[in-house]
Amino acid sequence: MLNKYDLIIVGAGPAGSIAARYAAAKGISVLVLEKDRDVGYPVRCGEAVSKRSLELFMEPDSKWIASEINKFSFGAPNGSEVVLEFSETGYVLERRIFDYALAKTASEKGAHFVMRAYVNGLLFDGDKVSGVKYLHNGIQKEINSKLVIAADGVESRVGRWAGLKTSVDFREMESCYQVTASNIQLDPDTCYFYFGKETAPEGYLWVFPKGKNTANIGIGVSGLSSKQKAAKVYLEEFLAKKFPDASILTAVAGGVPCSLTLDKISAPGIMLTGDAARQVNPLSGGGISSGMIGGSLAGDIAADAILNNNLDSISKYAGVWHDRLGKKHETYNRLKDGIYNFDDNKFNDIAKAFLKVPPEKRTLGKLFTTALINKPSLLIDVAKVFF
Amino acid sequence: MIEILKDKCDFCGCCVGVCPEDAIELKEAEIKIIDEKCTNCSKCVWICPVEALKFNKAGVVK
Repeated sequence: MLNKYDLIIVGAGPAGSIAARYAAAKGISVLVLEKDRDVGYPVRCGEAVSKRSLELFMEPDSKWIASEINKFSFGAPNGSEVVLEFSETGYVLERRIFDYALAKTASEKGAHFVMRAYVNGLLFDGDKVSGVKYLHNGIQKEINSKLVIAADGVESRVGRWAGLKTSVDFREMESCYQVTASNIQLDPDTCYFYFGKETAPEGYLWVFPKGKNTANIGIGVSGLSSKQKAAKVYLEEFLAKKFPDASILTAVAGGVPCSLTLDKISAPGIMLTGDAARQVNPLSGGGISSGMIGGSLAGDIAADAILNNNLDSISKYAGVWHDRLGKKHETYNRLKDGIYNFDDNKFNDIAKAFLKVPPEKRTLGKLFTTALINKPSLLIDVAKVFF
Repeated sequence: MIEILKDKCDFCGCCVGVCPEDAIELKEAEIKIIDEKCTNCSKCVWICPVEALKFNKAGVVK
């Protein structure tokens, strides 16, 4: 370990590790501080990702792929189910192994990782962030760097200490709970989604297979719904009804910020990425691929700023992110708003209408078109992201 | 004041993400509310997926 680093990254999830890999690959010194004792654990994630977006960053490896997905199933409140072929391939990962493999690629490029390093403050040089304070094995330490990248997940406290407003409106936070259940019957190449007021108000419930007879079964409900009844209670009710004989092998809580990306994702000396920057797809709640894209941009821009001795140039990060994915998230967010207040009858009607579409013509775009047929302005958004 | 039921808490950070005052400190398996910063707004109570936070009226200091 060095006395000081060019770049310090807080958090070793996918966004932090990819930022570390991209920055280290350009030859700068990189330190990654992770508060937990293991990379990749606990797994607070549904673990689904598309093959296409994953391949931008990792060569698929059977060691961390639990299932290959080529179908979606949407369950309406009245029990009707619509199945459609996914036009591309999806994976359900073993994040526990995947995150570890990802961190390894960063360390192979020269990034240095330290576990159980709890960052609890920032160092400043005037107004500019110049390093971090952290607690490691009971000892309070300080270390300087030219830049800091905060990839500290849903909590996103590091950015706050630099004056950025990172807290998420509780109505835009999805309160989540997930179990990994075995001894259940399901199609191992299908991701299942369930909707409705009783099942998952202002959110959805997912069943993502992990090999044969096993799946991540999870739920996300909005803060407003969670105020009435906790996510864990919704999930337990679903399990009792649908999979009464399931064995529960893991159980985790979590929060997914389903909002737009923060307006400001950098300040002098610091950049935010991944969940910490609220770089999550607000419609699906998916954060693996968008976090890796955000991380790659942050790592690249940070390294260039350091190599060119122009630290102010990190201010372009928000614009680069917006062009790459942030703009698309704005469209997803409008679609989310469009479907969030659907009542159960509406979901049932969509399923009924969509079941009339011949199976070979069923696509995600067609499904959203069916759902939003009475909202012409949103049909343009559907076209933008699905066609 | 807000009380954390530590036996229920999963240390997931959902409450920290919605806290407008940065009043919750979370380590790997340790959590505490910084009473001087907390305004008892209760957003953390509402968002918790596992009902690990509770608003305790008796403890509110005016």
